[in-house]
Amino acid sequence: MRRIINYHPDRLTGLLLAMLPFVLLIAAYAVGSQARLAENADDKLMPAFATFVDAMSHLAFEPNRRTGEYVFWTDTLVSLQRLGLGLGISTLLCIVIGVPIGLIPYLQQFLNSFMAAFSLIPPLAVLPILFIIFGLGETSKIVLIVFGIAPFMIRDVTIAVTQIPREQLIKAQTLNASTWQMMTQIVFPQVLPRLYTGLRLGLGAAWLFLIAAEAIASEGGLGYRIFLVRRYLSMEIILPYVAWITFLAFAMDFALDRLSRWTCRWHHLAS
Amino acid sequence: MTEIVVKDLFKDYDRVPVLERVNLTLTDHEFCVVLGPSGAGKTTFLRLLLSQETPTRGSIEIDGRPIAPEPEADRGVVFQRYSVFPHKTVLHNVMIGPELTRSRFLGRLFGKARRELEEKARGLLGQVGLADAVDKYPVQLSGGMQQRLAIAQALIMEPKVLLLDEPFGALDQSTKKSMHGLILDLWRANRMIIIMVTHDIQEAFTLGTRVLMIDKVRHDPQAPEAYGSTITQHLRLDPQRKPSLGLAGAEESRTMQDIFRSWADRMGPAVVADPADEPPRQPELLCHAGE
Ligand SMILES: Nc1ncnc2c1ncn2[C@@H]1O[C@H](COP(=O)(O)OP(=O)(O)O)[C@@H](O)[C@H]1O
Ligand SMILES: [Mg+2]
Repeated sequence: MRRIINYHPDRLTGLLLAMLPFVLLIAAYAVGSQARLAENADDKLMPAFATFVDAMSHLAFEPNRRTGEYVFWTDTLVSLQRLGLGLGISTLLCIVIGVPIGLIPYLQQFLNSFMAAFSLIPPLAVLPILFIIFGLGETSKIVLIVFGIAPFMIRDVTIAVTQIPREQLIKAQTLNASTWQMMTQIVFPQVLPRLYTGLRLGLGAAWLFLIAAEAIASEGGLGYRIFLVRRYLSMEIILPYVAWITFLAFAMDFALDRLSRWTCRWHHLAS
Repeated sequence: MTEIVVKDLFKDYDRVPVLERVNLTLTDHEFCVVLGPSGAGKTTFLRLLLSQETPTRGSIEIDGRPIAPEPEADRGVVFQRYSVFPHKTVLHNVMIGPELTRSRFLGRLFGKARRELEEKARGLLGQVGLADAVDKYPVQLSGGMQQRLAIAQALIMEPKVLLLDEPFGALDQSTKKSMHGLILDLWRANRMIIIMVTHDIQEAFTLGTRVLMIDKVRHDPQAPEAYGSTITQHLRLDPQRKPSLGLAGAEESRTMQDIFRSWADRMGPAVVADPADEPPRQPELLCHAGE
């Protein structure tokens, strides 16, 4: 008998093990749902799988009678657009603010404490302010996402910049590099993997702020829909929407990992 | 013709003296090796030469002019670690210096200029024995290969002075030996001054045309930090007449195997048993090892 830490599953066992929790969850749901429905056919809490299919095919494949839109797909598109803009702007801020702060001592002294304080402001607490300033339209939702994730992403990039060995920057200077060249050629490419990681970590928070903003003031979007149908206890819509959001988040995380491997090959060789 | 003059150099860190009264004149094409115990201030001395630090007092001049207050291309450097850029391939690591010099905004050359530079870089990589590794990234290289890359990267800038801070300190004996041959060849081919820090005395005497030692001369037991280090030993050597060079030359070709055997011979009666003569290990144990 070896210590348990020394037992490793082979490939197939590993795959099956990884699938098992999902299978168990679905099975538990099926059993629970069946039991509840047997007791009360009108139970809304745990709809049968067939009810999900009905509700979702209605939303996804039949145009809405009033607007002519395919509700599920418009919701998805609207939400992804807001999320993408929020993440994109945050990433851009990271690069144009985070890299210089980490590299230029005067700028670091000037902005470091400010950024630290700024990143502690609870974003949801300023949501009313955003609504007052930007109105209830798209801008305030995107600004909320940026507000929520950019400060900590910027700080993370700044820290990554300061962790680059001093020797590299000295070396670059002996190779005639200007500050601009050090930023673009030496520092930015080396913090890029960290930026991807920051983005992946920020993804969860970005969804949180998106759904919060959509729940409060919106005319569409995945979060909006969930909170709308909540009034009718429509679990047959809420649960598939939650699963879909989870899937989207997972797909984005996966895509970012792939992108990192593709654009920063040198980084992934080491690990 | 290059000349370095270090005049009455002092360096304190937070009022604690590290170096004091360092005077040194190096003329054209010298190989100066700096020895000294750990913490003596060898790295500090190189940092001052590199303008990574500013002296508390005194001056450093190259060809009669004070060195620039920040690192510049007239002084190349190879550190013990972190000298090469991990995100660039071997070839690109060598090309980067001239690219940054000539393309101030993009840091990238195109077309004919790029092809010519690439050819030059490949030639240099051939000289340091990295011709087969041009497309690899630094993490894929051994320690010795990374240092050879760092040397090529510095040499392409044709610096007047090459500063080396324990560049071979992390390498095994036989790799070190081949690096000695390489650095001497490059030093002879490029007429630059090399200043190299090491704590390996054999290395110092094998390579240097000048060997100096920095250490504390005055020592106050009540206040161990009261005084800094200065040059305590200073020798000039004629490389043509070095007696040990022939011997060291022979050692260069020795492999780790040979070195091991020569040590085993020197151990003489201390060698209790040669396990090669012992009965084979128990099968049980072998079985475990194979698992
Ligand atoms: N940036 C620094 N700030 C304060 N003290 C330093 C700094 N760099 C080096 N020292 C001190 O200076 C002394 C010499 O250090 P160093 O030049 O690195 O020695 P060596 O390279 O000879 O081992 C050491 O006592 C070290 O603690
Ligand atoms: Mg040192």
